[in-house]
Amino acid sequence: MIRFDCQLDRRDFRFRVAFEAETGITALFGPSGSGKSTAIRLLAGLEAAKEGRITLGDRVLLDTAKRVFIPPHRRRIGLVFQDAQLLPHLDIRANLTYGRFFTPRDERRIAFDPVVEVLGIGHLLSRQPDTLSGGERQRVAIGRALLASPHLLLMDEPLASLDAARKTEILPFIERLRDEFRVPIVYVSHAVEEVARLAARVIRLDNGAVTAAGSPAEVLAPVALASFADRFDAVSVLSAPIRRYLPEYGVTLLDHPAGEIVVPGLVPTGQGEVRVAIRATGVTLAVGRPAQVSVRTVLSGRITAIDRNESPFAMATLVLPGGQTLKAYATRLAFDALGLDIGDEVQALIKAATIDERSLAILPPA
Amino acid sequence: MPELGLSPDEWTAIRLSLRIAGLATLVSLPLAILVAHWLARTRFRGKVLVDGLVHLPLVLPPVVTGYVLLVLFGRRGPVGAWLEQTFGLVLSFRWTGAALACAVMGFPLMVRAIRLAIESIDPRLEQAAGTLGASPAWVFATVTLPLALPGIIAGAVLCFAKALGEFGATITFVSNIPGETQTIPAAIYTYTQIPGGDAGAFRLSIVAVIIALGALVASEVLARRSGTRAQPE
Repeated sequence: MIRFDCQLDRRDFRFRVAFEAETGITALFGPSGSGKSTAIRLLAGLEAAKEGRITLGDRVLLDTAKRVFIPPHRRRIGLVFQDAQLLPHLDIRANLTYGRFFTPRDERRIAFDPVVEVLGIGHLLSRQPDTLSGGERQRVAIGRALLASPHLLLMDEPLASLDAARKTEILPFIERLRDEFRVPIVYVSHAVEEVARLAARVIRLDNGAVTAAGSPAEVLAPVALASFADRFDAVSVLSAPIRRYLPEYGVTLLDHPAGEIVVPGLVPTGQGEVRVAIRATGVTLAVGRPAQVSVRTVLSGRITAIDRNESPFAMATLVLPGGQTLKAYATRLAFDALGLDIGDEVQALIKAATIDERSLAILPPA
Repeated sequence: MPELGLSPDEWTAIRLSLRIAGLATLVSLPLAILVAHWLARTRFRGKVLVDGLVHLPLVLPPVVTGYVLLVLFGRRGPVGAWLEQTFGLVLSFRWTGAALACAVMGFPLMVRAIRLAIESIDPRLEQAAGTLGASPAWVFATVTLPLALPGIIAGAVLCFAKALGEFGATITFVSNIPGETQTIPAAIYTYTQIPGGDAGAFRLSIVAVIIALGALVASEVLARRSGTRAQPE
């Protein structure tokens, strides 16, 4: 259990953030400049708060009122930087064991071999950091932080410097370390798909303040019309059990009460449901069942709100059978042409090509 | 005729020069690393002043530096008298005094090279080591120092070369005593002051060039060897 409550002032930036995080992955989500990285650096002890208190379990890491400040090297908090920051003069094995050396023997609860195995870095051990690819370096950085047996692992945009293929490659490793090593993780990202997939809890930050906190479905769905440029980050999170696979087409069908959802890829089978983030810009609204269209996912729902201003787009909120909500963007022109209004029954078409397979999370059985 | 056409007195001057420059470099190196780290990694009030003080011998006339040393470290100077009473250590007109003068003159060059090397290290590397449990002292020993090694070598060689060539401060502080404080430059100067000394001055000048060149090549090789493993990602 992490309790964080800190304030600090910089030129043009006020930071007033308080949140709590449990086990599992807590995501700090928000645009750049929102204070995510500042929160991480405060947690790690790399930055000093003007006022604040941070506790991890029953340990007080910071309490400005009582003048308590535990320095970074005694916090037992691991930090994975955006760009690995491997020590360039040491080989991979030495990088991995660096933190282990400083961990008291009886606190080394995370062993070397399983970490190397889970992260798939066994073949890299005798290499030098500058000979590794970005994705490999990042996996080593995660392993290095983990091998210090931290009480909390911080990840500051760990995938931001990687291309899409490397991101997809690393996400399963992060899930495995969450599940197998049981280290609580605070994960900073501005990528909505990563957050939707990994996080049990999302803290949304804007301009140095918490604007929302809760489950990914609650926090990631836009409450209001996002600004023109942010519309691609507006997602709804739906969850449904797997109905069946179509291996010859490489897709998975989910059994949602509002209709079948086609998602790309053969989602590994879990006992629980699959959670998928659907971009509001990838949803098409139709009145009546459309005839011959390429979109396979057609969900029925009822419009409960339409958010519009002078921007070209308006956003509809649909309630689906089963109670989950779905957001849809369309031009104001389309809303007026179709005469859409609150209370209307509509069909929501979701193009599978707009679903990022990185956002697919397999939830543990309820 | 002794070996390589150099007289015994000239050999004495060469040996003395190497000894003085070696001692000056060795003694000032740890202090220079600490000062460079302090200047590179901390912000404090009056940093400009400290920085200026360190660099002062670089811009001051060497004679002034030598005179200040004479006033402070002479047998009647406040520091010199204390050193003699407490440790029985006399610096003025001794080869150790020449080493002190050379160290003071070479110090800014050494600090500058090491400071640049430390400043070029990404501070997040040191922070990463910190979050892995390394205390600041351990971070310094296992991250900062090895990564700054090429700069430290370069700084040490610069200081050594400067010490070999130091003339003004040395001759003002410890004079020009053959066998005790007469270094290569002082010996060359002496040769130029006597009739028919040209040949000797020429021989010693060639020796000075060879030693300086050798030091530079050695530092390049050392820096390259450590640099291959210390290049930032």
